[in-house]
Amino acid sequence: MITAEQKPLNEIIAYISPYDRILLVGCNECVTVCSAGGRKEVGLLASALNLHFLKQGRTIDIKEMTLERQCDPEYVEELVSEIDRADAILSMACGCGVQTIAERYKEKPVFPAVNTKFMGASESQGVWVERCKGCGDCMLGITGGICPVARCSKHLLNGPCGGTSNGMCEISPDVECAWCLIWERLKALGMENRYEEIMEAKDWRPAGGGGPRKIIREDLSL
Amino acid sequence: MENFEPEIVAFCCHYCAYTAADMAGSKRISYPSNVKIIRIPCTGKVDAIHIMKALEKGADGVYVAGCLEGDCHFKNGNTRARHRVEYVQKYLEELGWEPERVAMMNMSAGMGEFFARTALEFTQKIKQLGPNPIKHMNINKNQKAVS
Repeated sequence: MITAEQKPLNEIIAYISPYDRILLVGCNECVTVCSAGGRKEVGLLASALNLHFLKQGRTIDIKEMTLERQCDPEYVEELVSEIDRADAILSMACGCGVQTIAERYKEKPVFPAVNTKFMGASESQGVWVERCKGCGDCMLGITGGICPVARCSKHLLNGPCGGTSNGMCEISPDVECAWCLIWERLKALGMENRYEEIMEAKDWRPAGGGGPRKIIREDLSL
Repeated sequence: MENFEPEIVAFCCHYCAYTAADMAGSKRISYPSNVKIIRIPCTGKVDAIHIMKALEKGADGVYVAGCLEGDCHFKNGNTRARHRVEYVQKYLEELGWEPERVAMMNMSAGMGEFFARTALEFTQKIKQLGPNPIKHMNINKNQKAVS
């Protein structure tokens, strides 16, 4: 899923201060799962903003809404009935959601309330870790299901660098060396020969090096 | 300020703090009437939003009182509650509010005296902090945290 973290309140407050009527929009997908921008967080942020502005002697009207998915135009359409009553929109979705709203409601300023972080997996409750860079050419099949692009600090493709130490990466004693993990995994699977295959220089165009990416499924498009 | 009588919301677990409050009553130990108790099945049920809403609606202080550490009737509800209280404290700090307006307490059902003492201490602390900064904003009576 896409992970996100709420922005510092000061930044959010600075965005919305010039406006009196705010439409605060959450998303029921990834940001709900990582507790950054779901219905609950929308309520909490609305409450915090109310506390802030009331303390300043000012009341602002915050309308809370949480859409099923903010990155789909069909769901973003549900804001139509509320949009006229808002001076600005504060989105708690990832960057995709913010942009979908901005594209649909061109006449309203849209501000992000979260920082979109990475594509991650839940390691344990309340802990999310980066597991995919979306490189567009998945190599997990040859690296034992452990991604060197996402998990090696240098994105190395042919074994570890000299910075590996006792299975950990030189950038931090808390970061595991992806290539040590890959080697151990291949060994456990009896697939050590995979390690010896030299990977050619990666084509980074599908990873975004060729500009913004797009998927077109002609069988699905209308 | 001298006459300030704070409104305090106490989310009390049915299995401990609420019973402790009851015991304080049975033993005729008085505690400040400023403390308004909301009985909950477990402090794990208290979410950050409940605490924030209480403050938003004018409560001067809010505390969550759960079982002693390791003694939660539902295993770890009180630990979860503590984390949530700490989260709200950080949130309040970010907003420039006094984080001391919210607190987590732990006690057993038999600690009636302790309940009364902590209720008194918390009330005194809130008296020192003064009223909820948004109280002057004429909060609608229907929306008050404590009516």
